[in-house]
Amino acid sequence: MAIDRKTVEHVAKLARLQLAPEDLERYAGQLGAILDYIAKLEKLDVKGVEPLAHPAETTNVFRDDLPRPSLPRPEALKNAPERSNDFFIVPKVVE
Amino acid sequence: MTDALALREDVASKKVRAVEVAERALDRIRAVDPKVRAFITVTGDVALAQARRVDEKVLRGEPLGPLAGVPVAIKDNLCTTEARTTCASKILETYLPPYDATVVRKLREADAVFVGKTNLDEFAMGSSTENSAFFPTRNPWKLDCVPGGSSGGSAAAVAAGMAAVALGSDTGGSIRFPGALTGTVGFKPTYGRVSRYGLVAFGSSLDQVGPFGRTVRDAALTAQVISGHDPLDSTSVPQPAPDFIGALERPASSLRLGVPKEYFGAGLDAEVSASVQAAIGKLVAQGAKRVEVSLPMTEYGIAAYYIVAPCEASSNLARYDGVHYGYRTKDYQDVISLFSKSRREGFGPEVTRRIILGTFALSSGYYEAYYDRALRVRRKIKEDFDRAFAQCDVIVGPTSPTPAFPIGAKSADPLAMYLCDVYTVATNLAGLPGISVPCGLTKSGLPIGLQVQGRAFDDLTVLQAARAFERELALTLPWPSLS
Repeated sequence: MAIDRKTVEHVAKLARLQLAPEDLERYAGQLGAILDYIAKLEKLDVKGVEPLAHPAETTNVFRDDLPRPSLPRPEALKNAPERSNDFFIVPKVVE
Repeated sequence: MTDALALREDVASKKVRAVEVAERALDRIRAVDPKVRAFITVTGDVALAQARRVDEKVLRGEPLGPLAGVPVAIKDNLCTTEARTTCASKILETYLPPYDATVVRKLREADAVFVGKTNLDEFAMGSSTENSAFFPTRNPWKLDCVPGGSSGGSAAAVAAGMAAVALGSDTGGSIRFPGALTGTVGFKPTYGRVSRYGLVAFGSSLDQVGPFGRTVRDAALTAQVISGHDPLDSTSVPQPAPDFIGALERPASSLRLGVPKEYFGAGLDAEVSASVQAAIGKLVAQGAKRVEVSLPMTEYGIAAYYIVAPCEASSNLARYDGVHYGYRTKDYQDVISLFSKSRREGFGPEVTRRIILGTFALSSGYYEAYYDRALRVRRKIKEDFDRAFAQCDVIVGPTSPTPAFPIGAKSADPLAMYLCDVYTVATNLAGLPGISVPCGLTKSGLPIGLQVQGRAFDDLTVLQAARAFERELALTLPWPSLS
């Protein structure tokens, strides 16, 4: 399937990836080729086949809800690009 | 470097001190890694401190772990508290994990010695280790060729004798493929056999940690150490790992080898095909039963995989936002541009491609045509295996369609690179165990790998069959030339 520059731009926006204009063209071409290859899946009849999202097919693995020690705050914050006391710093979100 | 089992024996019997073993490994890294470039971070101080503790235990007569004094290399997508964990990505270049991956903790408890963190394709996305944001790793057998990927650094470290064993991760072939290209044994256990806690997530329904070794026995030993249920990974299975080492020897005559005709079709290199068929013939001569089987879904594996894996990746990699950890752009106006620019500047081209592909396949209007359809094909792939395993104990064939290829040969064409994994992706889609074991060298001296796949949680039979090949082929591979 042909995938145009506008589609790549839209998807990149959904993925929070700001691409340069020249990247849009290149990715559109490469993704088009990959999707052309993937189109072979359309040849298969999958009606009535149950989707398999996970090989284990387990659901609801529970554990006891008991308090246990968690990561100390300085450890949790130590890799933050910007922090202030006990907080992660982000640009102002609300005016 | 000697085998892990022999090294441990020598350390335990005081023939050699663990510190001497560690120093030899570090010397070897200093001597050959400038050519091979298997390591992102060499952890010499960590290794020597761990080795000293092993020597103290030996002196005091305390019980030793199963990997006591054994130099181990660790793929740099496994969290380690002592060394940065970069995933070969600019976005995690300085990330120092606040916790150890469960497999790392288990290696530690087994008294292993950590020599360093190894190179990979960024976030384990690739088949050549060329997608590392830092540098490509070279194949010790021929330095202008790739070692395979994505665990190319771990494979090359073991092949070149810089570590006795190593850990990798395998999402679509990332242990078995570099194993084949470097003449090492690379084992991907059954999904759920090994904890993924602390493995940086790529495709969560596909990822599995596993070992490299120069022998099946070393791979089995390491697999045994890292296996087992982990309350921190709800997909790890609550059953103890069987004794892989004790039960490793099994007569070839008791094995039924399924040989799928689809694994020997177009695209397979003639030398690889002949070598794998000859290896199967050797086992048959020892009484193994050859069973012709069919896996008709083989040709759809790559297509299904390149929907499922990017979809999971696009979701998993949403966490890199320039806020909690990792790279942050210098140039932003608001929170959205902070996210978007940090991610654009932090991720390399292959990771970006897969995030876009996955986001596209999950987006409104395309979900049914791509993701949902791929999951139905995934079911059909699993059913293919179920049918085949009704007639055989293991499925055997080539690991890779070709031997190692030159650096740069496929890097301009993503699809050509994806097709390297034609024999390995289905194992992950179905959650099965698989191993690559060396079966010969090409005329030009490059290693060839044979793949054994087995039933889910029948890791033991896979290891036994791989050991039977190793035993009956009795290959004595020379050390790679490093030229």
